[in-house]
Amino acid sequence: MATIKIKQVTKRFGRHVILDNVTTTLEAGKIYGLLGRNGAGKSTLLNLINDRNFATSGEILFDGEPINNNPAARQQMYLMSETNMYPKRTRVKELFKAADRGYGDFDFTLAHRLTNEFGIDENSMVDNLSTGLTTIAKLITALCVKADFIFLDEPTLGLDASHREMFYRELLKTYERRPRTFVLSTHLISEVQNLIEHVIILDNREFKVDQPSEELLAQAFAISGPTAEVDAITKELPILGSHEIGHIKTVYVVQPIDAMQLATSSVTVKHLDLQTTFIALTDGKEL
Amino acid sequence: MQGKKGVKVNFEFDQTTPIYQQLVTQLSELMLTGVYQAGERIPSTTQLSQELHINPATVRKAMNILVDQGLLVKQRGIGMFVTDQSQAMIVKQHQDEFFDEYVVKVIAEAKRLGISQTELMSLIERGYDHGNN
Repeated sequence: MATIKIKQVTKRFGRHVILDNVTTTLEAGKIYGLLGRNGAGKSTLLNLINDRNFATSGEILFDGEPINNNPAARQQMYLMSETNMYPKRTRVKELFKAADRGYGDFDFTLAHRLTNEFGIDENSMVDNLSTGLTTIAKLITALCVKADFIFLDEPTLGLDASHREMFYRELLKTYERRPRTFVLSTHLISEVQNLIEHVIILDNREFKVDQPSEELLAQAFAISGPTAEVDAITKELPILGSHEIGHIKTVYVVQPIDAMQLATSSVTVKHLDLQTTFIALTDGKEL
Repeated sequence: MQGKKGVKVNFEFDQTTPIYQQLVTQLSELMLTGVYQAGERIPSTTQLSQELHINPATVRKAMNILVDQGLLVKQRGIGMFVTDQSQAMIVKQHQDEFFDEYVVKVIAEAKRLGISQTELMSLIERGYDHGNN
């Protein structure tokens, strides 16, 4: 199956650099998490990959060919984002038909089941739906469209907790049945932590992390205990963030260390969850 | 998720150890306690993945470890089944870990609190008596 290669891509808006020489490969059949703080450039990156905007320099290749004005690439990539690509007064069922015309073999059976389960009337105008249901109608389209790369920019915007649960379950269900690549760009990190196989963290115009989630989390630690001891143990380590309350200090590191070796009777070494790891990597001071 | 005989099975995950390891531990525990009995089919990768919101690759990794350990056996196209020897093997695993997991820690804590070896022994005896009453 095809891959998407992002090669040394830079994007500037005027004098403002959004992406600075970023490179990665999106492989077939994986669920990616694209994480970054607000304004980190996640949406810009997704727009570039989906040919909705041009890179200032560098190139993006689908199956070895530049994605720009490339019908074969367009056929295999679908971006669901806040920007709506459908005209006003579009009905939900027309959204599905448009996806069918654009990509072929739209899964109408799944779409009907999902609109039913989420309680959406396919004859409703998309614009008349609540924020949450509009998102759901767009998500259903994204789950039923026949493309090998599905990009979901803030997929759970406006969804309540139970609808988010339903969405994650349906995502995994369709992914199991037809493995393809999903790129989830989200700020609800703890919800997708166990869902994503590979993490890309965009920070300060660059990819700060681009590796399997399990590998990243295996190296993410909080070391805490009496300040003097923690300082002694961690003085050689690159510390991302720390805080101290009453002579007890916790420091955060993302580093391949031997936790068993570092821990003492008074110093504990614990793994971090993805959210804490993300905060430590993107703004350790806030921990 | 509803287990056998209406036993409510709770898969709860913390985020401090890799999810596949926690899944291995929890599935073993369910086999040990007899929720999944020898010869029985356990929930499929798809079911576990969807219900627990875990990437199927992670679930498969856990399943493969359990297969390697001889606790599960794969029947192509049907599913994963609990092996006859699974319970005995899990008991053996726990026994092997008992010293490191419990004894070492109890002794360390006793030392920290100034409890002597004799006192600890008598506490353990008291614990046994308590359990018998």
